[in-house]
Amino acid sequence: MEFLYASEVLVNGLMAGVMYSLVALGFVLIYKASGVFNYAQGVMALFAAMTLVGIMEGRVPFAHLINAAFGTHVSSFGWTVPALLGIALTALVMVGLAIAIEKLVLKHLVGQEPIILFMATIGLAWFLEGLGDVMWGADVKTLDVGLPQGISETAETLTNDWLGYGFFIDRLDIWAAVIAALLVAALVGFSQYTKQGRAMRAVADDHQAALSVGISLQFIWIMVWSIAGFVALVAGIMWGTKSGVQFSLSLIALKALPVLMLGGFTSIPGAIVGGLIIGMGEKLFEYFVGPLVGGATENWFAYVLALLFLVFRPQGLFGERIIERV
Amino acid sequence: MFYREAGDFKTSYRDDGQTFPIRLDRWGYYAILAVAFLVVPLVIDSYWANAVLVPFLIYAIAAIGLNILTGYAGQVSLGTGGFMAVGAYAVYKLMTAFPGVPIVILIVVAGAVTAVVGVLFGLPSLRIKGFYLAVATLAAQFFLVWLFNKVPWFYNYSASGQINAPERTMFGWAITGPATTASAKYLTCLVFAVVLAWVARNLTRGSVGRKWMAIRDMDIAAEIIGVNPLTAKLSAFAVSSFFVGIAGALLFSVYLGAAEASEAFGINKSFLILFMVIIGGLGSIFGSFAGAAFLVLLPVFLKNVLVAQLGWPTDLAAHIELMIVGALIVFFLIVEPHGLARLWRLTKEKLRLWPFPH
Amino acid sequence: MTHDPTPDARHIGPVLMDLKNITLRFGGVTAIKDISFDIREGEIRAIIGPNGAGKSSMLNVISGFYVPQEGEIWFEGKRRPAMKPYEVARLGLARTFQNIALFDGMSVLDNIMTGRLNKMNAPLWSQALWWGRAEREEVENRAQVEKIIDFLEIQNIRKTPVGRLPYGLKKRVELARALAAEPRILLLDEPMAGMNVEEKEDMCRFILDVNDEFGTTIALIEHDMGVVMDLSDRVVVMDYGKKIGDGTPDEVRNNPEVISAYLGVEHA
Repeated sequence: MEFLYASEVLVNGLMAGVMYSLVALGFVLIYKASGVFNYAQGVMALFAAMTLVGIMEGRVPFAHLINAAFGTHVSSFGWTVPALLGIALTALVMVGLAIAIEKLVLKHLVGQEPIILFMATIGLAWFLEGLGDVMWGADVKTLDVGLPQGISETAETLTNDWLGYGFFIDRLDIWAAVIAALLVAALVGFSQYTKQGRAMRAVADDHQAALSVGISLQFIWIMVWSIAGFVALVAGIMWGTKSGVQFSLSLIALKALPVLMLGGFTSIPGAIVGGLIIGMGEKLFEYFVGPLVGGATENWFAYVLALLFLVFRPQGLFGERIIERV
Repeated sequence: MFYREAGDFKTSYRDDGQTFPIRLDRWGYYAILAVAFLVVPLVIDSYWANAVLVPFLIYAIAAIGLNILTGYAGQVSLGTGGFMAVGAYAVYKLMTAFPGVPIVILIVVAGAVTAVVGVLFGLPSLRIKGFYLAVATLAAQFFLVWLFNKVPWFYNYSASGQINAPERTMFGWAITGPATTASAKYLTCLVFAVVLAWVARNLTRGSVGRKWMAIRDMDIAAEIIGVNPLTAKLSAFAVSSFFVGIAGALLFSVYLGAAEASEAFGINKSFLILFMVIIGGLGSIFGSFAGAAFLVLLPVFLKNVLVAQLGWPTDLAAHIELMIVGALIVFFLIVEPHGLARLWRLTKEKLRLWPFPH
Repeated sequence: MTHDPTPDARHIGPVLMDLKNITLRFGGVTAIKDISFDIREGEIRAIIGPNGAGKSSMLNVISGFYVPQEGEIWFEGKRRPAMKPYEVARLGLARTFQNIALFDGMSVLDNIMTGRLNKMNAPLWSQALWWGRAEREEVENRAQVEKIIDFLEIQNIRKTPVGRLPYGLKKRVELARALAAEPRILLLDEPMAGMNVEEKEDMCRFILDVNDEFGTTIALIEHDMGVVMDLSDRVVVMDYGKKIGDGTPDEVRNNPEVISAYLGVEHA
């Protein structure tokens, strides 16, 4: 029975891991194509989810600010937008955001050291967080795009029949896993089989060389940031549906960082495997060790695991080996 | 015309290496010190102390600490908040365990404790670099804060999980505890800030500073010319954490008086200090002060303008502050990665030629 | 530019470093294959060869950056165990780099001062208070560095940030940094690469002057054969990781294997 409890924890960890993978994927895409380690990925997910809620509920953007500045009391347009249209509009907003980031930030930082770019994205994260709050208000929002939620009875009955013990699995988690798998497949297909995908990989390999064969760096960057924005939107929908759209959503980005350290920053399979390992690892650790040390080990387990791992294998599970030269 | 180095000849290498090689700078520096020590304590009130000057001095110490690690030795850390927590909890444990020992000594010891913890978490820097290391320092941030929240020994089993600074005096003046006056708080922090800034300056202009900068600029070449990366990186972690620990100890014992780990020393504190370093200028002691001043004053300013003048709600002002700080970070990284310190230097270079720029 | 390589003009002493049967592999690739040669005290020793011959790898082996899989390195009569690069530096080896490896964020003076880091051992507290040994050391070593600055004629750029210097000057600052360490052996990795004729002549002069005035032993890599022949006392020629010639410039010049390696003649 103990074993079955642990397996249930494991399966739930696996589902959480899928979510981590999803955010990590956004990181890997941007890192591969532009060498930028985008700390703002998590805030992008938050921003996307907020925008989606705002659009679906027909909220007036910047209502808070307008009211404060002009003494008005606007809050809502009075209409609601269906989920699919809302998602499409939000995706457009994310593309706009990608263009703005390229024009206002990245373009001016070409050729800077990676660590400077990293710090710039931390600034970007703060800006986006503030912008999201100013645009849509900082209240905790519920997001419902019609994804099924609640405990899956099918899974419970099935496992009960098999093992004599019904697993509690959230239907949303199952859906998230399926959607994540589809998304990954689509991205891999895109980067392998389309012209833009090849261009993207060329840029990842060598900016200069890609430029010299006539690839527009600007276009690729906007494209990659748009894709990352879309991935952020998907992640934002999943997490927002699960636990509400609020600031803590952006903290999943931080969770994605150890995922990347495990998986290596350049590897899509790495992001996925790393996410699953961290998701399962932290749930199991909390289950077995948590009670002994006062709980809430999920706050740090992923980081410490990644740290210890890195000390022994600095390039991550799937990262390319670094050969130093002078 | 008056601000220049021409005619200000140096006759020894000792003079040439001093902190303020230009005479006018030296005078200005002494004048600021005189005002800070002799005038300000007489006129300071508790609003200025608590809203501006005390946090400014404390954050300046933390920013110098992080600047040593990041700006001079090139190791980015996102664990500053966690290390400040170590300083705070160390000084709390020391204060309650040794009530008779002068508080100033305890604060320095708390810094030393933080240095040891810093070295421990700095060990991975020998294997990993750049943002891998930055992310690894998050492990310190989250683990340490969790530790101080979950292990009751650290907060002396208090029911609230908070730590509260008991009253301690020096020369008959209360330095910590509720009875502390604004000027006592201010002077304590000022002494620490001035002494530590001077120490940081000495370290960074000497051989250990050159080792740090060599590692920062090109670690492989540094190792080949004979810099041991182990001692160079770990000494940077130790010295940096010492500063940060003292800042944490002051923040808790002198400034806040009470603290709770995840609230006072969360991840946002780490970013705040990092931003001070970026805005002030990587690799500049003066910049650490400038950056701290800027980010302490900005919210005060916004609050005064947006909330007090325009009557906007406080949370809106806080969100706008986030946007401004974020945008400024990006702006500084694009326009002037060396921050305010560099702008100041450029101004001085122009001044040197004024009023005959050609 | 002409240089008199006869030993009686300068003092050429006993063997200072002896490399025995060095083999270095990267995975399946053998970069250096069973090479032996020695470096005598006070001489200018060159390693030449076409691109990809393994010269740079050889220099990296000498300076401790790569540890060879096979072979022994003897230094001052003792076998040198496998060491970290900074330990090798402390034995008295200093080097320059093919792609300049200066510390861009520091001034010229500070860069050269880093060459003397191994001679500065003041404890941390003394440095923190800038009192006692730290201050004394700083001034003493600064005086030494100023001599080198004079010698290499870079007084006017002393306080310039290195990043702003033109290429030729950067090379000279790098030489100054290596000299500041007062090395037993000075290793130069393509000191003339990418320079124009004038800069090359300057660099040649400095190398000869260093050797003459300080008696510094110099080992250098170069693929410009002309320069090397004028400069060095003895030359090792490498090709495809193997040694194909070793001797005075004249001997090497007339070695048929060397000629074919350089002119690309088919091996008979």
